[in-house]
Parts: sequence; structure tokens; C-alpha cells
Amino acid sequence: MKLNGEKIAKYALMTVAFSALASLLLIAVFIFKEGLPFMLKVGVKDFLLASDWDPQAGKYGIYPMIIASLYVTFGAMLIGAPLGVAGAIFLNEFVPKQVMRVVKPTIELLAGIPSVVFGFLGVMVLAPFIRTHMGGPGLSVLAAAVILGIMVLPTVISISSDAIGAVPNSYREGALALGATRWQSVYMVTIKAARSGIIASIILAMGRALGETMAVIMVAGNTVKIPHSVTDPVRTLTANIALEMANATGMAREALFATGIVLFVVIMILNGIALSVIKTKVRKK
Amino acid sequence: MFNVIKRVFMAGLAGGLVLAAGCGKGREGVTMAGSTAFQPFAEKLADQYMTTHPGVSITVQGGGSSMGIKSCLSGAAQIGMADLVKLPAEADALKSIVAAQDGIAIVLNPANAVSALTMDQVRDIFAGKISNWKVVGGADHSISVISREAGSGTRSSFEQVLGGIKLSGDALIQDSNGTIRETVANDPNAIGYLSHGLVNDKIKPVTVDGYSCTEKEIMAGSYKLVRPIFLMAKQDASPACKDFLDYILSPEAQELIHKEGLIKAK
Repeated sequence: MKLNGEKIAKYALMTVAFSALASLLLIAVFIFKEGLPFMLKVGVKDFLLASDWDPQAGKYGIYPMIIASLYVTFGAMLIGAPLGVAGAIFLNEFVPKQVMRVVKPTIELLAGIPSVVFGFLGVMVLAPFIRTHMGGPGLSVLAAAVILGIMVLPTVISISSDAIGAVPNSYREGALALGATRWQSVYMVTIKAARSGIIASIILAMGRALGETMAVIMVAGNTVKIPHSVTDPVRTLTANIALEMANATGMAREALFATGIVLFVVIMILNGIALSVIKTKVRKK
Repeated sequence: MFNVIKRVFMAGLAGGLVLAAGCGKGREGVTMAGSTAFQPFAEKLADQYMTTHPGVSITVQGGGSSMGIKSCLSGAAQIGMADLVKLPAEADALKSIVAAQDGIAIVLNPANAVSALTMDQVRDIFAGKISNWKVVGGADHSISVISREAGSGTRSSFEQVLGGIKLSGDALIQDSNGTIRETVANDPNAIGYLSHGLVNDKIKPVTVDGYSCTEKEIMAGSYKLVRPIFLMAKQDASPACKDFLDYILSPEAQELIHKEGLIKAK
């Protein structure tokens, strides 16, 4: 009887575990089913590389949005990655454990702030600041990159800090025993040992930045155009889907699903890289 | 994005309510769906109608103008609402009435010195041909054009009343009347357009060809940026549905529409 109960629990849990996988598969199948025929009809090259987006006139080029997504994402990484990694190093290596016990959960709370709040701050504070001091309409690549850079901090800090915390103390002791200063031991030993975890944290943060929608719609300006400066407004792939989904029908709707395919593929590649970076580390050990 | 969430939520709610309406005993259900611009007015009208007609239950949903036409055609809603200058051909099979008129105000930041534009200037600014405030008598600064997203009822009626312009590729896009208002209120160089009932003191409406966007000028036909709000029903709609449409055209209902900020149908 007891054995039976265990079996039931086992299969029930297995079903639950696989349902996550199944929903991922279903999402993938659905997006591809809706978007792929469209991509083939318009031509993959025309869809990805043409720069005119005007669904009502039958123009479906998402190149400016691909560029916009890349600019905004890499901009966010330029801001979020150095700050996040530096923060993680500081918390693990230079601050008493008690302080870290307070500060780290606080930073992780940042992840719980809804993205609409970040967007609101961007619209009310950051955009007017950029407009007055740098020109342009304020809603821009720069505003989106700064907001996203702050939003990805918890991801970078908590994963990097776990990786740094996992470096055995004997490494640090060895470095210090050889006469290295504290900074030299961090720089030459700890970061090297935690490298894969740090890289993984940055790649996961990139995925988050690329996929963020709400905050970006609010601060990026949503103009479909290849930006020439950081103060130009842009529309990212995610913003395009969310903005036009409500009113899109027919081909325009399929075009949005096809946009979804592009996002899906890029994010899958990023996550794949992150996973393989983490895995190679495990194998080395 | 608020709109997207709202629409998804409304669609879900719609499904639930249609089921609930089907199960209700004795009360006849009428569902309205479509234009988010008219939605708050429709809710008030429905409330007032139901106090005098306890046998009828009216539910009002948003979804946008094109959704209003679609759900009326498919029968998901008995009454469709659309704020378009002209109904598309697919709505020809439906019986339609004009429930109210809504002016589209051209709005600037209060800090902007410009307070009057001509129709041609408005057209050129939104088409991107005029890109500096200097040209229309303002400061020497580039114009930030703010528009709604493609497919929005307000945007398509705006483009149509301007004579089928193609919006400038440099325009910033916002997805609701509210965010247009906030963006214009925050940016001294911005110009935008929105339903005239939503103008407040944080933004400044301009006169077009010398006429201001007020009820008087709209009724007189001098202010040209106006769109009708259509209500549609199938030809064989239920008596309750027809009675409600008649009610909306009654003086009492038109007075309510007027009191809440729209302009009477006639």
C-alpha cells in the first residue's frame, strides 16, 4: 500500500515536471505554426533585412527592430554587467558576512519590483533628464538601456555572487600565503575561478533585457527606425508585438508571430550558451 | 500595454459573461463590445437603462473598434462599438447608428508658444514635412510627433480626416490616450492628438484653421477633426437590443452622453 502511494506520488510529480516541458513545446509549436508560413511567404531575407514596417501597406521588414533590440540589450549590459559583477565581488570579498546577509536579499528584492514601476521612473525622471541635457525627445535607446541595466542588476549580482561564493577558501588562502594583496587574490584567483558563473549571469541577464517589454515600451519611444545616436527613439521586437497585437488581423497578426519566432530563437540561443558555459565548468571540476 | 492586458482580460471576461448571460433565467442579456473610447459612456448608458428595464441585463466590454465589428459579425456581442470615420465594408451587413460625435484635439505642451495651426500645417507636421517649430511660429526646436499605434481607432480616424496622410516615420508611438497625454505634458516640443473629452490642464489644445476644439465649433461644423461613434447590430437583432439602441438615440440618453463629455449625435 505504502509502495503504491509512493508510486502515485512519483508519477504525479513526473507529470507536473513534464507539463512544464510540454508547455514550452506547445508554445514553440504554436508560435512557429502561426509565424513560419508567413515568414516563408514574405521571404526570410525580406522579413529580417528590409527596413520598412507598415503592415497596412503590406511592408513587413523588422530589421530596424532587430537592431533596436540588440542596441538596447547591449547598452543595458554595458551598464548592468560591470556594476553587477563589481557589486557581487564587493559583497563577497570586501564586506563582512553580516552586511552581505542584509544587502544581498535587498538587492534580490529589486527583482520583485514590477517592470511598469521601472518604466514609470524612466518616463518621469530619466527621459526628461536626457531631453534637457542631451537633446532628442528623451524617450530613447539610452533611456531604455539605463532602465534595463538597472533591472538586470539582481540577476547579475545574485548569480555572480553565488559563483564567487562557491570558490573554495583554500584558493584565496593560497594566494594570500604567496604574498598577494587582497585585490590581487580577487583579481587573479577568485574571478578566474568563478568566471563561468559570472559569464552565465551576464548571458541570463541579456535574455532578460531582450525579453523585457513593459518598461521598454514606456521609455523607448517606439519609432520604427534605425537609430543614429543614443538619444534616438527605437522600437524593440518585444515592444512591436505588444503594441500592435491588440489591433492586428490577418497578415499583420502573422507578422507579429513571426517577430515572436525571431525573439524565441535569439533567446533560446542565449540560454543555450549560458547553459553550456555552466556545464563546461562542471565537467572541468 | 495597459490596453493589451485590459483587452485580454476583457476577452476572458467576455467569454465568462456570455456563458453567465446564457444561463441567466428571465433576464435578457445584451452584450456590447468594441471602442475603448466609447466604453465608459456605454457603461453609464447601460446602467441607466437597466434601472428602468429590470428585465434586461447589458454587459459592456472594450476590445477596440475592429474587435467591436468582428464580434458583432460573429455574434459574440449583440452590439458592436466603433470610433471610425467610416465603417469598413465588412460592416455593411450590419445595421449601424451614430451614437455620438467625438472631436480629436491637437495638443501641445503648455510651455509651447504656438497656439494656432492650420489644417495644412497639422497635416505637414504629422506627415513629417514640417519638423521645426520655427516654421509654424514657435521656438527654433525640432518637433516631437506623438501618435497612437497602427490599427488604433483614434489614429485611423485622425489619418482619414486629414485626408489619408502617411504618418511620419519619426513619430513616437504611445499605446493609449492617457500615455499620449503624459508624453505631451512632459515634453515641451511634443505634439499629439487625442479624444477631446480627455484634454486636461496639463496639455494645451490648439485651434485648427482658427477654430478651437469645443462642442460649439464641432456642432457648427467649423472644427473639422471629428469622428462619429458607431453602434452596430445585426439586422435580426433581438427586440431588447433594438430597444436599447432606440434608447441611446433618445433625448434622455443623448443628454447623458453630452453631460459626460461627448457630443450629441445630431
